Amino acid sequence: MRLSKNKHVALWDSLIRWSMRITAYTIVLAVGYILLDIVVKGVGSISWEFLTDYPRKGGTEGGILPAIMGTIYLTAGSIIVALPLGMASAIYLSEYATQERFTRMIRLAIVTLAGVPSIVFGLFGLGLFVLFFNFGTSILAGSLTLAFMILPTIIVSSEEALRAVPKALREGSLALGATRWQTISRNVLPYALPGMFTGSILGIGRAAGETAPILLTVAAFYLPVLPSSVFDQVMALPYHLYILATQHPDTTKVLPLQYGTALVLLVLVTAFNLVAILLRMRFRKKYKW
Amino acid sequence: MIFDSVKRRLFQDKAVRTILLGAASTSILVVVLIFLFLGKEAASLISEPGLSALWDSRWIPVSFQEQRFGLLPLITGSVLVTLLATVFMIPFGVVSAIYLSEIASKPEREILKPFIEILAGIPSVIIGFFGLVILGPLIKSIFGLSTGLNALTGALLLAFMAIPTVISISEDALRNVPLSYKEASLALGASNIQTIWRVIVPAGLPGIIAAIMLGMGRVIGETMVVLMVTGNAAMVTLNPLDSVRTMTATIAAEMGEVAFGSDHYAALFWVGIVLLLVTFGLNLIAQRVLRKYQMVS
Repeated sequence: MRLSKNKHVALWDSLIRWSMRITAYTIVLAVGYILLDIVVKGVGSISWEFLTDYPRKGGTEGGILPAIMGTIYLTAGSIIVALPLGMASAIYLSEYATQERFTRMIRLAIVTLAGVPSIVFGLFGLGLFVLFFNFGTSILAGSLTLAFMILPTIIVSSEEALRAVPKALREGSLALGATRWQTISRNVLPYALPGMFTGSILGIGRAAGETAPILLTVAAFYLPVLPSSVFDQVMALPYHLYILATQHPDTTKVLPLQYGTALVLLVLVTAFNLVAILLRMRFRKKYKW
Repeated sequence: MIFDSVKRRLFQDKAVRTILLGAASTSILVVVLIFLFLGKEAASLISEPGLSALWDSRWIPVSFQEQRFGLLPLITGSVLVTLLATVFMIPFGVVSAIYLSEIASKPEREILKPFIEILAGIPSVIIGFFGLVILGPLIKSIFGLSTGLNALTGALLLAFMAIPTVISISEDALRNVPLSYKEASLALGASNIQTIWRVIVPAGLPGIIAAIMLGMGRVIGETMVVLMVTGNAAMVTLNPLDSVRTMTATIAAEMGEVAFGSDHYAALFWVGIVLLLVTFGLNLIAQRVLRKYQMVS
């Protein structure tokens, strides 16, 4: 009797275990399928000309150079703003902040920012940068909007990296009479910086792939020239893909171009993420506290 | 002399602290500015035609006879897509999180985790594109519809996109369940699976619920996927196979063609305010839950 009940439980257990396993691997399969579909169908469109030429005939022929450059400019612009700001915030939160009211407000603000939908960031950028500061729809307005969108990611991951540095390193330095900033700049940051950069790369990948905010603040529908100043509009890869896939009168005719653009964007963003994942693995092995 | 250098260093220390505090405060400033500027651009609608215009079941922003700025079809569109996505998101996200944290072996985790991280990084426009060329036609042929661009297609893709959020937060919650619970259950003779489903999961439930809420926040705020695959018909419906138009898609689709300062323009900012408040609320409750049950530091 007892034994058969145990058997029953064991059978039931392995049934549940296998259905859970299948559920988890379904996600892997789906991710793999999407990546494979885009790589296989997109790779045929990739050529030197596609990457380095200007689009022609409303984007139905030619290359995607302005979109690639636009995405690079926007991403670089957002890094210049968000990286120092995010890292400084993280240093404050991890090294200086106490559990006072104002700190809690800062943390609440960061969590709130992390949850604000990207299209709402677009509205904000439109209201503040494009109209109020009169930057117009421009690289400047778009980069600033993206910068504030990725700020929470950078802060949270940088703070994590700072907290991973053992307390003893700080205490030793402080006990020798160093000021707090001396301690941080010489004994904490050197060990935390790799981790801070790694986490930030994930935020940067997000800025490169985001479409909704730039829709309202920078992106040009079709602009086959490179920008000459930060007040110019640019094309951008994600927006270009959106336009090719939805706004074109004959979308099936430009399908190879869509797949090609999707592949370039995917490679760009995934490269950022892979670098981050690999770096993190390396640093984990390097510093074992 | 020595005192001078100490003084200088202490001054430097104070100055750095102030600069860092300033940097940290920008987050507060940005949140305030978001509310302020959304409100500023939306304000003109309050006096004319009045906020009651938003409570209407028709959204007809461009019309020669009578414009209508009813948010109801947009809100039901967003709600329908979000609820459907949640239905798909819960089993996949939560079950995978439990699997990852309680059952998977170390090498298995090292295969699964990078895939989930890569998924988190795939740009939404690529997911939308995939929906447009692969999933949409598939849904169309399965259900024998005239178009595969509907709430169901959107919900499936959105659930997929939100899964990494749900997994990572649920996993944290499960990992924070004290080991002694598990040990006590195993010591009483419960099997591994029994322990997981009757002890660990119930103990981690608040965190899992918070994870689902944050996932819903992502879904309701996602723009490109719904813009590309839900069909964009602004009507009040609860049928998953109907085309719908969500709040986010409406802003993205119409903001490009609207005259700045017009009623339509202000109405689109009201859509943004509703979105902001909904996601803000979801986030706030989720954070409360996480903090209350000590699932975040």
